[in-house]
Amino acid sequence: MSKQNLINQFRTFLSEDSILFESEDLRPYECDGLSAYRQLPMIVVLPGTEEEIIRILQICHTTQTPVVARGAGTGLSGGALPIGNGILLSLAKLKRILEVDPIARTARVQPGVRNLAISQAAEPFGLYYAPDPSSQIACTIGGNVAENSGGVHCLKYGLTVHNILKLRVLTIEGDILEIGSEALDSPGYNLLTLMTGSEGMLGIVTEVLVKLVPKPEKAQLVMAAFDDVQKAGDAVAQVISAGIIPAGMEMMDKITIHAVEDFLHAGYDLDAEAILLCEADGTHEEVEAEIKKINTIMQESGAIKTSTSRDESERLRFWAGRKAAFPAAGRVSPDYYCMDGTIPRKYLAQVLQGIESLSTEFGLRCMNVFHAGDGNLHPLILYDANQPGELEKTEAFGARILEMCIEVGGTITGEHGVGIEKIDQMCIQFKTKERELFLLIKTTFDPTGLLNPGKAIPTLHRCAEFGGMHIHQGKDKFPSIPRF
Amino acid sequence: MQNLIDHFIECIHSAANTRKTLIIQGSGSKYFYGNPTHQTETNMLDVTPYSGIVDYDPSELVITAKAGTRLTELELLLLQSNQMLAFEPPRFTENATLGGTVAAGLSGPRRAYQGSASDFVLGIRMLDGQGNDLRFGGRVMKNVAGYDVSRLMVGSLGTLGIILEISLKVLPRPETELSICLEMNQLQAIEKIHQWASKPLPISASCYHENNLFIRLSGSPAGVHAACRKIGGEMLESSDSFWQSLRNHTHPFFTSGKRLWRLSVKSTLPPIALKGEQLIEWGGALRWLATDGQENDQILRQQVGDLNGYATLFYGDKSNIQAFHPLSPSMLKIHQKLKQQFDPLNIFNQGRMYSEF
Repeated sequence: MSKQNLINQFRTFLSEDSILFESEDLRPYECDGLSAYRQLPMIVVLPGTEEEIIRILQICHTTQTPVVARGAGTGLSGGALPIGNGILLSLAKLKRILEVDPIARTARVQPGVRNLAISQAAEPFGLYYAPDPSSQIACTIGGNVAENSGGVHCLKYGLTVHNILKLRVLTIEGDILEIGSEALDSPGYNLLTLMTGSEGMLGIVTEVLVKLVPKPEKAQLVMAAFDDVQKAGDAVAQVISAGIIPAGMEMMDKITIHAVEDFLHAGYDLDAEAILLCEADGTHEEVEAEIKKINTIMQESGAIKTSTSRDESERLRFWAGRKAAFPAAGRVSPDYYCMDGTIPRKYLAQVLQGIESLSTEFGLRCMNVFHAGDGNLHPLILYDANQPGELEKTEAFGARILEMCIEVGGTITGEHGVGIEKIDQMCIQFKTKERELFLLIKTTFDPTGLLNPGKAIPTLHRCAEFGGMHIHQGKDKFPSIPRF
Repeated sequence: MQNLIDHFIECIHSAANTRKTLIIQGSGSKYFYGNPTHQTETNMLDVTPYSGIVDYDPSELVITAKAGTRLTELELLLLQSNQMLAFEPPRFTENATLGGTVAAGLSGPRRAYQGSASDFVLGIRMLDGQGNDLRFGGRVMKNVAGYDVSRLMVGSLGTLGIILEISLKVLPRPETELSICLEMNQLQAIEKIHQWASKPLPISASCYHENNLFIRLSGSPAGVHAACRKIGGEMLESSDSFWQSLRNHTHPFFTSGKRLWRLSVKSTLPPIALKGEQLIEWGGALRWLATDGQENDQILRQQVGDLNGYATLFYGDKSNIQAFHPLSPSMLKIHQKLKQQFDPLNIFNQGRMYSEF
């Protein structure tokens, strides 16, 4: 089917400004948050209703045209990278909050609604939507479902998959599937979990019913500095062993602390080898009891300094440094490359040592920030893309880190998704028969492979080499969106 | 143990070659759940010998165990480190296994507040219908590599494969737990439970039965007592045994021998006028109905369906009605295709979930 022919078909039901096909109009859609990979789509369509999406999908199905869905395009693994001979289906216009039910504590929203907008709509009722990916001011709920997004609070509050009840999904043929329900379970297979995190490869989400939770009365933060990474790791284990599930638990290594403190002056201890941030939330009584315990554990674990936030502004100041880790990397190095492996926490010291050895081996510095509560590591490899061969070296370094994560029983991606970025590491993490089953699941929903082809699940024939999150001169595609 | 897996694989191959089917069986404690499997040309496959804890490190909050491991054994081990399976899976008998628990996907009183069986599954090792030994997910909290096959297996009733090993997230046991009881009618109870649930109170279970609303509170002593004061009501003396009796269906409501329906509905739904006795859990989202006869089965299912709910026949004769609420035609199609991908020769637990596959 020719481009012009497709455009003509779309024109029968879409307004002129909902169909983009000139290269200058297509340019903003050429990449997502992983800007190292760029590709102009053939056509961008911006439907405003589910009926329009159905017609678009039917046309794509009939003409066997690939479709890549896109929310805000903030993803970090290239999941929304367009396909040259395909349609980019932007869901940005479907941004209505259809219903907030404060009594049932749910919100029914369209896929283009921003994550934070849900919490804002729920706020008058004392409720919020718990998963808070760092890009929450911009990222959309449709994208969150596609990636099964997490956030700094997910040890206690869960990932996207734990916080949604129902999806309305369109198949490539344009059939409507109602998956999940307003009840807590529904008959048949657990398709809600299969759909969540499927990176736009099984269907197009047109409506999401999310759970809302009551806002905690209070949140308080303990900041603890350690002269040894191992001690900090042990302190994390001690907190968990004491029966505490912190609302958030984050770790930074020395190089990160310095990079952050140099530019933010958050009050971090520059002698520390590692800093832990540990947050408690709940009722006043609960928080008071928990913070007391956390402080005791930090001191018993050998913290050289601990501070407890005295008020909300101090709590936010302690957090600010951690949240500034990515921009700080951009200040100390022309480029950085962000990894997303997850490991069983007990291997933290071992893996960090391994990263240090690799850092020497490759002659590249690496900053480590860590969602310590759930074992999700974000090593940031610092490099300079203008030095010939340095990007390749960085990618090799990154691949070795991911392989190390797999070796200790972890995974190549905790929350950023596979997309196009980690597709070759999928060949390492999964055996052929496992990947075959993934491909069979894909064909169940999308027999001819039109939805986001080439992402997330590598074909058996070709586990191609792909690179990583490449940020040049400290500027990613959306420099104003926080990344942590 | 590899010998056992080899034996399972051999059973699959032999079933495939002789065109027989397999009924995957743990202790049989939930044999009543779902439809009777198609019995012709069937062999039993006993998974219970494949048992034992594979890995447990309390500070990781993850336990990995083989499918035949008894829940009692596993939960006792967790108890020693003051941890628990937060979805409180029912143990209809003392022999109930972990594999059966995950395959049935049932959760207990804490479900509405802490999450379901599926929410706590992190990884799975399984055999598919061709005897392939496969692993999905892992032993870490966050993992978005590949489709979430581990959670798909939860509640699939053994129709997609033989579960070999399971990794679960576990949680610390609450420091304090106590329950209160308030007398009111059903409508008031549904209103009240929603009022409290919209506040940051440490509620961990709720039940309404015979004009009494029971609430369990879990957490730090100070937090629990403060919540208790806010809610009011009378202290329930035998708190733990009360919730255990709901969890394991030893409460008199469940042991009456009546036909028992499990109605899954939107929690805010006002009282449903149905013939029979009701018991409500999960903040209103789970309503059990004990009835006498079978003559109103179809009408009942229709009524609940009209309310956007689902009616599962839990205990009782299923010769005239399927156990589970029917799927829409488009969903049934997806189910049949998925089953076909995992188990192309339709060897496993034929008909257990729906007669169509």
